Amino acid sequence: MLQIKNLHVTVEGREVLKGINLEIHPGEVHAIMGPNGSGKSTLASVLAGRQGYVITAGSVSFQGEDLTTLLPEERARKGIFLGFQYPVELPGVTNLYFLKAALNAARIARGESEMDAMDFLDFARAKARLVGLDDALVRRPVNVGFSGGEKKRNEIFQMAILEPKLSILDEIDSGLDIDALKVVSNGVNQLRTPANSTVLITHYQRLLRYIVPDRVHVLSGGQIVRSGDRELAEILERDGYGSSNGVKDSNPEIHA
Amino acid sequence: MSNSSETIEQLVQKEYSAGWVTDIEQETFAPGLSEQVVRRLSEIKQEPEWLLEFRLKAYRHWLTLTPPTWAKVKYPPIDYQASTYYAAPKRNKDGPKNLSEVDPELLRTYEKLGIPLHEREALAGIAVDAVFDSVSVATTFKAKLGEMGVIFCSFSDAVREHPRLVRQYLGTVVPYSDNFYAALNSAVFSDGSFVYVPKGLHCPMELSTYFRINAANSGQFERTLIVADDDSYVSYLEGCTAPKRDENQLHAAIVELVALERAEIKYSTVQNWYPGDAEGKGGIYNFVTKRGKCQGYRSKISWTQVETGSAITWKYPSCILMGDESVGEFYSVALTNNYQQADTGTKMIHIGKNTRSTIVSKGISAGHGQATYRGLVRISASAEGSKNYTRCDSMLIGHQCGAHTVPYMDVRNSSSSVEHEATTSRIRDDQLFFCRQRGLSEEEAVSLIVNGFCREVMKELPMEFAVEAQKLLGVSLEGAVG
Repeated sequence: MLQIKNLHVTVEGREVLKGINLEIHPGEVHAIMGPNGSGKSTLASVLAGRQGYVITAGSVSFQGEDLTTLLPEERARKGIFLGFQYPVELPGVTNLYFLKAALNAARIARGESEMDAMDFLDFARAKARLVGLDDALVRRPVNVGFSGGEKKRNEIFQMAILEPKLSILDEIDSGLDIDALKVVSNGVNQLRTPANSTVLITHYQRLLRYIVPDRVHVLSGGQIVRSGDRELAEILERDGYGSSNGVKDSNPEIHA
Repeated sequence: MSNSSETIEQLVQKEYSAGWVTDIEQETFAPGLSEQVVRRLSEIKQEPEWLLEFRLKAYRHWLTLTPPTWAKVKYPPIDYQASTYYAAPKRNKDGPKNLSEVDPELLRTYEKLGIPLHEREALAGIAVDAVFDSVSVATTFKAKLGEMGVIFCSFSDAVREHPRLVRQYLGTVVPYSDNFYAALNSAVFSDGSFVYVPKGLHCPMELSTYFRINAANSGQFERTLIVADDDSYVSYLEGCTAPKRDENQLHAAIVELVALERAEIKYSTVQNWYPGDAEGKGGIYNFVTKRGKCQGYRSKISWTQVETGSAITWKYPSCILMGDESVGEFYSVALTNNYQQADTGTKMIHIGKNTRSTIVSKGISAGHGQATYRGLVRISASAEGSKNYTRCDSMLIGHQCGAHTVPYMDVRNSSSSVEHEATTSRIRDDQLFFCRQRGLSEEEAVSLIVNGFCREVMKELPMEFAVEAQKLLGVSLEGAVG
């Protein structure tokens, strides 16, 4: 699904990612954890094609295709979805209208016919129920006047509509209370299939109690310093990120 | 982190789609304006003496005036002797009696513009008066409306068939002495539309006029007069296009609305005159005086305009709120791209007690465009307990355009309230990236965000018009945004 090799990225002349290697297979959920400033959000932005990030070395391929030369919208239409840490407001543009345009852009790119307004309404309602989004919010302008939890739920709703192959959820848990976290996690779990993959970017281990990852990676200083299964998250919870700073496959006990 | 200014320059210019010319034999005056021209115009139209007198008074007054200079628009002086004041498709002496006698070339012209004039094919529920250069060439559903007592015809027909009504209201809202362009129009207006809605009737059809400038070097000077009698309602739509030409062409129209007791007039415009090319060459000068009088108790006039065309727009659809508890509304979207300039807004003149007005203005500037909102809210001493709410939002796209807001307020009693809100914003990079991450192209994203910005105004438009206006905003922005 996704293959990242020796990825180096600079932002405004400063090297932020310093040789990332990562491979994600269909159906897998990977968690990328790490302290603030470790490069987690940079990785998400680079994968989605945001401007201002310069790849100086390495490669990223998605389903065997070089991703780095594609425009953000081309990546999106191929099935890459970024759940935003800070969801963006679009005043006057209703969720329904926005998502119908987005879905149809992808369908046209795939050579499929556009979904008409009535079919889309039924489709969207079903998805809203699936992720627990209030019908009233579906009709409101995108994220305008939404609470923090509603905004995050709306990201998952968009993901449900677009049915991406690879979802990168950037700090989807930040700012959520425990009830909201459960709703959002439940939505993500509902959307898991053997064919699609998810990358969870998070600072905290608590998200991984609700969405169980196959692999956990620790990003620190622009590199993946440790990888393991879900138990790694629990070790990190107990010992903190300091235990694995900077040194690949270090033994946490040496630094404890 | 952003290089959106580069992408602004990169995107290609979308062609103005209504810019073709109809090849038709025209009857035109030689260029120039004089008392003789005014007399000849009146003679061709076989007008009564009182109307000729009205024209001559206007012409003589116009000679004493100079063009207004207070608007924030720049253009070289117009040579009024170089323009032609009458251009009409040649036709039989008597003119076409019904649609089947209209020149097929003209019917094709309107069809191509998406305005079929055959009633059979026409949009259900919309009656159209088609004005081609100086004359009305066809009016649809005239008979059907007539059965209900609605008069909907060309201005020339109205002068012939309903002289009493025309004479009673002509110039009562916009006197010929009002301003330079109003005086010019009053002297040389050639045609336009006339509407009278009888007492108590809720007009079941949308009425519309579609203006097309075709001839080169000609000005278009039409008048619209709408009278809504007691307890009536009418919704009126206006659309306009013109061929692409290198020379600037003048369009100086007058619209007068009169709403009697509890009557309501809703007037919607989608203005798509040729805006000139990317370098600012050519395009229509749209210098228009539009005003409505809420004469009766609880009457209401609502203006909605989407202004995407013209090289220069100088236009202030206004309401005189005379009747107690009367209501005036102004909803506007003005978009300027390339070198377009728009100085537009409204005047709400509160005279009656407990009158209310609402102003919502959305200005979008892109390229080197300059958009100015200019508005006046006057609450007279007599207008006790009146209210105004004004909201002016500007959106800037790129770094070479300008947005300006010039609100005037003049409140002369202490029981009234006036509110004014204004914002200026840009399309943010994170909004664009968000839309693109969801699969929309950069242009689709901009069009979506701009349409969202204008939503409060767009939702005031009748359905068919709203769809057209929405597309037009997207098209007008192409080539300017990133």
